[in-house]
Amino acid sequence: MRTGRLLSSPEEERLTRPSPFARRAARGSIADVLAAWTIKICATLAIASLVLIFVFIGREALPILTSEELHEEVDVPRLFLPQPGEEGGSEFAWRPVSTPPRFSILPLFVGTLKATLIALLIAIPLAVGAAIFTSEFAPSLAREIIKPSIEILAGIPSVVIGFFVLMVLAGWLQSVFGWTFRLNAVTAGVGLSLAVIPIVYTVSEDALSSVPQTYREGSIAMGATRWQTAWRIALPAASPGILAACVLGFGRAVGETMIVLMASGNAAVLSFAPTDSILTFSAAIASELGDAVHGGAHYHVLFFIGAFLFVLTFVTNLAGQWWVTRLGRKLRGELVYVPTMPSPHVATGPGDA
Amino acid sequence: MKIQTLVLIAGLCALAACERSGETQGKARTITVKGSDTMVDLGARWSQVYMHHNPAVTVQITGGGSGTGIKALIDGQTDICQASRPMTDKEKDFARARWKKEVVETPVALDGLAVFVNEQNPINELSLAQLEGVYRGKINDWKELGGSPGPIIRYGRNTSSGTHIYFKEHVLKNKEFATDVQALAGTAAVINGISQDIHGIGYGGIGYAKGVKAVRVRESADAPAYDPSIENVISGKYPISRKLYFYTLGEPQGDIRSFIDWVLSDEGQKVCEQVGYYPLPKRSA
Repeated sequence: MRTGRLLSSPEEERLTRPSPFARRAARGSIADVLAAWTIKICATLAIASLVLIFVFIGREALPILTSEELHEEVDVPRLFLPQPGEEGGSEFAWRPVSTPPRFSILPLFVGTLKATLIALLIAIPLAVGAAIFTSEFAPSLAREIIKPSIEILAGIPSVVIGFFVLMVLAGWLQSVFGWTFRLNAVTAGVGLSLAVIPIVYTVSEDALSSVPQTYREGSIAMGATRWQTAWRIALPAASPGILAACVLGFGRAVGETMIVLMASGNAAVLSFAPTDSILTFSAAIASELGDAVHGGAHYHVLFFIGAFLFVLTFVTNLAGQWWVTRLGRKLRGELVYVPTMPSPHVATGPGDA
Repeated sequence: MKIQTLVLIAGLCALAACERSGETQGKARTITVKGSDTMVDLGARWSQVYMHHNPAVTVQITGGGSGTGIKALIDGQTDICQASRPMTDKEKDFARARWKKEVVETPVALDGLAVFVNEQNPINELSLAQLEGVYRGKINDWKELGGSPGPIIRYGRNTSSGTHIYFKEHVLKNKEFATDVQALAGTAAVINGISQDIHGIGYGGIGYAKGVKAVRVRESADAPAYDPSIENVISGKYPISRKLYFYTLGEPQGDIRSFIDWVLSDEGQKVCEQVGYYPLPKRSA
């Protein structure tokens, strides 16, 4: 839209120009200006902190890619490809304090994925199911109680959850299932799911509540049952929001440190069995950064892992955002393919001149 | 508006770029002690009793592992580093290069590095060779050690622990741990794990033994096995005993000197026994 000045005579210009008093009033009082500035500073600080964190991590991780001196001890191929093992053969090993040190990221990557996947497999069905229940089926009194209760779960510090899993849940799970290792990917996954459920529940429940009531009314008017309405109408309509909730849950599960530090055994084992102990990225950084000598290979590798985690979460969030937007547009009918039809041939029959 | 936002961001970047300068040592009336988790209870008890006698001084004890404490000493962030392993030459070089001072090592207590098993485990004795086999991943079943059949679940410490490094050097002869050793945050976590796991085995400072039993260790297959009692540790009969150290940059001065002297005095050494560690052998008068 082009804004243009309407043509006016100089006379009109003079009469309609705002007076100095009006201009001063439009600028606002001192309090207004101050308030505006405070808000601007807060917003700038928030964005700047995020950028600065990434700059700091990236700066400390960069030597892995660029420093020749560091490349004698560790470089990108050694982080990802199999290296000669202690007794011949090749292996992926994370042994940062041995001589010579081994820095393969693969055991950490597999461990993180195992714990996250188990956590999401437990948390998403439970949380989305709870959201469907409270928004579609529960009487409003039950909803008033259930919703805040699950949201309180979000307020439990993760160290308390980790402690609970370590002391109580791990022993109980081992006595039920008889696993070899008491602290393994499954116990860590269960602990993580306790932290992820409230997040996925809250966002899913909001998404389901904002599906217009007319959808449900129309569906029931057409003869569908409440369950059919919930499963086939409300849930698909809310799917962008539920997907966004899952992406948030993934981000939380991948980055959570304290629970995995206490409940996963912290053994860098490369295996796909869920009942083996794992070492995740976040636990590796938390337990080893304290004694990595500033500027050494171990130090830079840990920051590289941090940057890797940051980028992974960032990319997942972006992909999730893209998919959510696309899903939203599809549901609103903006992505419908409409073929161009040939214009109808109007027959002129006998009798029309 | 854009210029102002840019100036704000530039100001924040400048702040972030400033290096943090190290703390000055030995000033004020607060002494910071950082390092070994093995020694954290001992250090806390020492600081309690010392502060009771000297209310003007505050002694702050933090754990984190010997490695963390040594790194803090090198970075100038603590007055005293408490460590359950000796500093390596490389670490001393780092400190000398940064501060132009020699690191001073003061042994302050003795510890028997105990090997713990669950109380219901029938095994009571192990040799050093068997321990090495277990922790290197060569021996995987309890029946190979003479117990009832079952997998051996190895509990250990993470890499910032002096106990971990000491065990690796003296029991594993500097070879690698098995990959499935569970790395837990402190000896208390190791003890907790073993007390709940009948197949567990772990190592740690003798001061922590509650709810588990410490096995007797023999140096070789035909030597007698000794348990980590005070007499065996002081006389050297128990094969894996070690000194616990305080490290400072340069000779300790002022308040730090008084604290360390008190720790080495009869009164300080008696506190060791209360916590479960052993005092240094008395020098003959």
